[in-house]
Amino acid sequence: MAPGFDPLELLKSAKGGHIVALGLRHVAHGDDWCEFALDYDRRLVSDATSGILASGPIVSLMDTAAGFAVWTRRGTFAPQATLDLRLDYLRPSHVGEAVIGRAECYRITRRIAFVRGVAHDGDPSDPVAHLAGTFMLLGDPA
Amino acid sequence: MSAVTLLPYADFLGIQVHGERDGAPLLVMPFSEGLLNLQGSLHGGAVSGLLEIAAIAAIDATLEDREQARAIFKPITVTVDFMRPGVPADVYACGEVVRVGGRIANVAVTAWQGDPERIIAAARMNLAIGAPGGQ
Repeated sequence: MAPGFDPLELLKSAKGGHIVALGLRHVAHGDDWCEFALDYDRRLVSDATSGILASGPIVSLMDTAAGFAVWTRRGTFAPQATLDLRLDYLRPSHVGEAVIGRAECYRITRRIAFVRGVAHDGDPSDPVAHLAGTFMLLGDPA
Repeated sequence: MSAVTLLPYADFLGIQVHGERDGAPLLVMPFSEGLLNLQGSLHGGAVSGLLEIAAIAAIDATLEDREQARAIFKPITVTVDFMRPGVPADVYACGEVVRVGGRIANVAVTAWQGDPERIIAAARMNLAIGAPGGQ
């Protein structure tokens, strides 16, 4: 584990904001990855008839997991910005199920971090979406 | 604009129709604390959510049978480029339908704050258009 960055400490300081509004939960993390959960919420559906979650909350889940994955890899909570985020939706998530988002920072340079990830709703081998993203690192290069 | 008001997620984000721009619905997402990330700028996911709603609204506006179309836009790919951090202020977004076929719609969407020339995020979205209840 890289020293100096604890996702749980950072989340404790979050009294509001989008992560809290969506109710995103930290599940687990390692030295270059992080996993969050998005609980099912009727307010987040794109269609009241089907009850299927909109893609936006899943983007938020994956962007959050990805950002935290980069911080775990950097070992510090330094400024960074999402540069590009792509989600491929393989299927809708199951109505009523929490969505788990796991992201891994698999490559980091002085200025750019590359992230990949998967969203699933219980079975990681049956994913809901795949993520590819890049982040710009704004602090002093490590 | 029914497509926007019928989406619970649009309501969650506080998104409203603000008029029209080049024939497509212009949407606004009023600033609230609940849209911020841990660094004090707008959360990329919230901005992406607005872009998604704007894309759906743009497609819906091109369709004749709104009732048939409203419920069933399923994203296939969503690619968002973030040009600059969103500041704590209202965000606007408008989609441009590149192509709408029988099954797939391709939409380009941009978001800005204040000056429409200063885009904060741009997305390309491919969405499946299905019959209500179908896959």
